[in-house]
Amino acid sequence: MKTDDLIAAMAADAKTTEMPIGRTLSLALAAGVVGAVLVFFLDVGLRPDLASAFASPRFLFKCVLTVMLLISALGLVWHLARPGAVPIGWVIALAAVPALLAIGVVTEMIALPPSVWESRIFGMNWRICMGLIPLLSAAPLVALIVALRQGATTHPVLAGAAAGLLAAGIGATLYATHCQSDSPLFVAIWYVIATVMVTLVGAGLGARFLRW
Amino acid sequence: MRAAIDGDAAAYRQLLESLSHSLRAATRRGLAQAGATMNDVEDVVQETLLAIHLKRHTWNSDQPLGPWVRAIARHKLIDSLRRRGRRIEIPIDAVMDFLAADEPRSDLDRQDAERLVNDLRGRQQVIVRAISIEGQSIREVAERLAMNEGAVRVALHRGLKALAAMHRKGHEE
Repeated sequence: MKTDDLIAAMAADAKTTEMPIGRTLSLALAAGVVGAVLVFFLDVGLRPDLASAFASPRFLFKCVLTVMLLISALGLVWHLARPGAVPIGWVIALAAVPALLAIGVVTEMIALPPSVWESRIFGMNWRICMGLIPLLSAAPLVALIVALRQGATTHPVLAGAAAGLLAAGIGATLYATHCQSDSPLFVAIWYVIATVMVTLVGAGLGARFLRW
Repeated sequence: MRAAIDGDAAAYRQLLESLSHSLRAATRRGLAQAGATMNDVEDVVQETLLAIHLKRHTWNSDQPLGPWVRAIARHKLIDSLRRRGRRIEIPIDAVMDFLAADEPRSDLDRQDAERLVNDLRGRQQVIVRAISIEGQSIREVAERLAMNEGAVRVALHRGLKALAAMHRKGHEE
């Protein structure tokens, strides 16, 4: 087929357009959050002391971290869904999350005597944390990967990883309102491992499903 | 492109034609830089145009069109070079055959492109062929096939998607 013939066919197809990618992603995000919230209330639930937890700086710090992760990953996913480069600002925003966490860890180690570090690291339920964050991330991750297939990423693995980070940000934010271990020492190990796991799964899905 | 997204076929056709000229020049440069043959220029141009067409909903209309087009063109060029690289990792006999067949290659290419359309499924093939090669309008095709125009549009869109998919697979063989 000559290129001009192909152009004629595409011009005739001008009226058939897909939904703008931003809207597709928003719908996927909404569906993923609804799925995660359903799993949360059916299977996990809020911590009983949630009201008093808001007075705890450790709890607030934990929530700030997970929300920061969520927002910076959101920016990355929205840009990586399209061809081209990602603005450096969103990469810096993402990098700020582990930097802030490191500051929190150092502060905690200064504030607490070494004898209690171990009990803070393991908290009450690290195994549950490792299981529930990926579980809560599952619905958002699947929804985002499906939506990203409508996109046109020029970085399939990175786009998948960013979707994993965003899904983990949603999962971790929800889980933070269940988990009663608020120490940055706990967050720095178990939340981070769970987030990395979900991100790696996202990168794998990206490599498999986001090439076009 | 804004007019095209609003469904203005004439403006869209003009845009694609002017894009095809700059894409052809850019593809030639890219292939030459990579030391690849020029036989695949038209193939890469067509695959890139199809990608632009099928992914135009990922263009943010607040942004300039140029960088978006260049990002897609670069992606498709690198993709095709990578596949070509893979093609070279085949036994030496096949390479010798390939070299021997170098002469009538541009002819083969035309047949390849023709074959892509021939590989479309029944109705999609008839419709894509009628609108592209025979230059008929959607309405004429709809009347000829006794289909409604909406169904012709859907089949055309699916046909173009199938062509893009074949471009990807065809290279990997």
